[in-house]
Amino acid sequence: MKLLSTKATCNSHGQDSSYFLGWEEYEKNPYDNVHNPKGIIQMGLAENQLSFDLLESWLAKNPDASGFKRDGKSIFRELALFQDYHGMPAFKQALVDFMAEIRGNKVTFDPNHIVLTAGSTSANETLMFCLAEKGEAFLLPTPYYPGFDRDLKWRTGVEIVPIHCTSSNNFQVTEQALQQAYQEAQKRNLKVKGVMVTNPSNPLGTTMSRSELNLLVDFIKENKDMHLISDEIYSGTVFSSPNFISVMEILKDRNDFNNSKDADNIFERVHVVYSLSKDLGLPGFRVGAIYSENDTVVAAATKMSSFGLISSQTQYLLSAMLGDKKFTKNYLAENLKRLKKRQNKLVSGLQKAGISCLESNAGLFCWVDMRHLLHSNTFEAEMELWKKIVYQVGLNISPGSSCHCTEPGWFRVCFANMSEETLKLAMKRLKAFVVESTGNVNGVTTKSTKRNLLTKWVFRLSSRDQRDQQEER
Amino acid sequence: MSLGSESYQLLSKIATNDQHGENSPYFDGWKAYEKNPFHPRKNPQGVIQMGLAENQLCFDLIEEWIKNNPKASICTPEGVCKFRDIANFQDYHGLPEFTSAMAKFMSKVRGGRVRFDPNRILMSGGATGANELIMFCLADPGDAFLVPTPYYPGFVRDLCWRTKVQLIPVHCDSSNNFKITREALEVAYKKAQENNINVKGLIITNPSNPLGTTLDKETLKSLITFINEKTIHLVCDEIYAATVFTSPSYVSVSEVVQEMKCNLDLIHVIYSLSKDLGFPGFRVGIVYSYNDQVVNCGRKMSSFGLVSSQTQYMLASMLSDEKFVDKFLLESSRRLLKRHDKFTKGLEEVEISRFPSNAGLFCWMNLKKLLKEETIEEELKLWHVIINEVKLNVSPGSSFNCSEVGWFRVCFANIDDETVEIALQRIRAFVGKETKKKIEVKRWQPNLSLSFTSTRFDENVLSPHNHIIISPHSPLVRAT
Repeated sequence: MKLLSTKATCNSHGQDSSYFLGWEEYEKNPYDNVHNPKGIIQMGLAENQLSFDLLESWLAKNPDASGFKRDGKSIFRELALFQDYHGMPAFKQALVDFMAEIRGNKVTFDPNHIVLTAGSTSANETLMFCLAEKGEAFLLPTPYYPGFDRDLKWRTGVEIVPIHCTSSNNFQVTEQALQQAYQEAQKRNLKVKGVMVTNPSNPLGTTMSRSELNLLVDFIKENKDMHLISDEIYSGTVFSSPNFISVMEILKDRNDFNNSKDADNIFERVHVVYSLSKDLGLPGFRVGAIYSENDTVVAAATKMSSFGLISSQTQYLLSAMLGDKKFTKNYLAENLKRLKKRQNKLVSGLQKAGISCLESNAGLFCWVDMRHLLHSNTFEAEMELWKKIVYQVGLNISPGSSCHCTEPGWFRVCFANMSEETLKLAMKRLKAFVVESTGNVNGVTTKSTKRNLLTKWVFRLSSRDQRDQQEER
Repeated sequence: MSLGSESYQLLSKIATNDQHGENSPYFDGWKAYEKNPFHPRKNPQGVIQMGLAENQLCFDLIEEWIKNNPKASICTPEGVCKFRDIANFQDYHGLPEFTSAMAKFMSKVRGGRVRFDPNRILMSGGATGANELIMFCLADPGDAFLVPTPYYPGFVRDLCWRTKVQLIPVHCDSSNNFKITREALEVAYKKAQENNINVKGLIITNPSNPLGTTLDKETLKSLITFINEKTIHLVCDEIYAATVFTSPSYVSVSEVVQEMKCNLDLIHVIYSLSKDLGFPGFRVGIVYSYNDQVVNCGRKMSSFGLVSSQTQYMLASMLSDEKFVDKFLLESSRRLLKRHDKFTKGLEEVEISRFPSNAGLFCWMNLKKLLKEETIEEELKLWHVIINEVKLNVSPGSSFNCSEVGWFRVCFANIDDETVEIALQRIRAFVGKETKKKIEVKRWQPNLSLSFTSTRFDENVLSPHNHIIISPHSPLVRAT
């Protein structure tokens, strides 16, 4: 009889993927501008380190929230004892207000429909436990966040079936791809319980278009036992147009437009996941949330949240911080400004190295096109290139294959988790590498590279027009 | 909105079954309390909460420490320089200073007789999360764990709900002081085998909830022998380890395995700061395993319930203050003993017998003689009388799966001295005996100002904006 569980001895935690291996290499040889200037620069970590000073200055002005106090009186005892899985009402209210603010107040959220969890890692797993049985499946557009393999599948036994998206249309979800994924699930005898998207997308850094979102809502409308989960963890990082459209906004518009009752109980089958790890840059505090209009889901998820409640100390601090509307307004605006500036620096740095990336308007990373640097259009070549970049160039970036991308040659490169100087150095190293490996960059380029670049440029222009049209109401 | 026929299952079975345990009739006590909660000024006739195993006796010590150590917070001017590093820190290995302070603390609680390796410490969302995590690591759906009765009701949710592990009771009763005998273990194990159920381990709580007693070394040795023979795991929930207030002194499984031949891959300890320090709100759960593979896998699983880095940082500072910890552990023990003695003396005076205990935050009371018949129905009837007429929320033994009727768990460390007095008064009145000894019975006067800080009862305390924070709780809302 085997000693441990199957879960303990299998690979479903997904940690053997290159996404995590790159981290391990970084940890063995981390860059430090003083102590280890030749070390590996971490560009595989989607963290937002650009706006801590704003949080720190708020703390300086708000000593009560910082020190377990209210009106100068200690409330330590009450906080220490507070373990109600319904969560702190003031915190939930502040959180839903913040979420509404991020969405330009086009939608509002009811605090009674929020479930607090220890990070979105826990939120996503909890939703799987609530919505699917072991062996059932969710469809996910590729490329997707590598951690989903662990969060959605590992302990739940739920399967992921990919919706293959390609660069031919900037990786947008198409009806065809969706149907193909559904067929694939049927072939594998998997009952599909729904679709899960990340919007804004990780790793693409783009927001989903209105037509994509409507396509997905139509899809689950047709299939009455399906759910749509929208992980909107990057919703506060949309730094340029097009504006962020939450799935909740789509539902609201459809409902208003149709002026009919929710006959297909769509509202009960759409769920949003959120977290403060990316927008506020607080991954250490483990603040996640599930938002659902489905009372049964809220009830079940609330009980499950017992396995990962948010520390009351943290809830209290954040209820004060997010409840300060003046602060949140300023923070959101300033944070976006900084993200935009930093993203521009990465994009132009890459361009100088003759590397382009998917045009993005959100996130803490760029989806970088290095197909022209591959020896062959294969994942083996991608791995080869990746290893060179990690070991020779000294940059930990994430290969597209770890995100289940169907096309080799794409890499996710993060820009918000390091200083500007470090980013500059990273770009310098990359340029040197490209020059060395291709023989040139901006000077005389080979015919095929020229054709490639031109095609991409033309394509990007035309697809941008398409998107602009789609954004019109 | 019509869903038509329920020919499809919109949600999972887990989401719609009642394996979370919250639909059990035992929540009547909580409902009664919530409808009519005792308050010394506003509702002196309300129901007193004695079903909540919380430790509220030493907050003053902690508050003083916090006041004197502003650097422990990443939000104060003294500590804010660490804010960004800590806020950014989500490594599931935990803050090194936290795991090492935790290891030291756990060692101190065991009188320094054991050393714990910080690298074997895994974080989880409270002991609730820790117990679920260890099940996910050790057992597959359908597998079983043996659990001595009576046991904490929350185990049904924590160990079984999402893991689909089953619990097999090992019956213990008062005929031999609820000892966990080899015979009882063998009976339970055999029964499982006969039903083709795969037993993966044994889970014990030491000190015991609800008994309030610690296991003696001999029993621990026999348990270790048993699990070694069967090659099954031993999970020891030691969440009440620092609530031992009198002899016999505490013996942890981690001490015993040092003294005997044992396959260490089978030994795992669950811990938390919710009872010993009184911090259930901070969600600090620990899995400590001697099995490398479990540590490895469990660490990855801990992503689902990491301890807030803000909390890790504060506790790292507090728990590594050895002078403070030593003083705290001593004083906490002393106050628990005092409170225990006060309460049990009151019970003795009305000849209510109880199981002699040396630990925990509660008393295991025997009210058999008040039952008309020795049946669960009569126990529940008596229980309803206690809730509705005596106005005390206590927990009936049947909710702990006790094999004998008539036992009740009553908590004494979550209320202040005055409330203990009132509770005892009510018990005396109910039992209907006059006390012959001279006892100072403080009569409750509405204008009497309380000597303790009654912020507990102020509803508006927790919100910076005057919203009511403390909402009515249902039992499994707090993992008691």
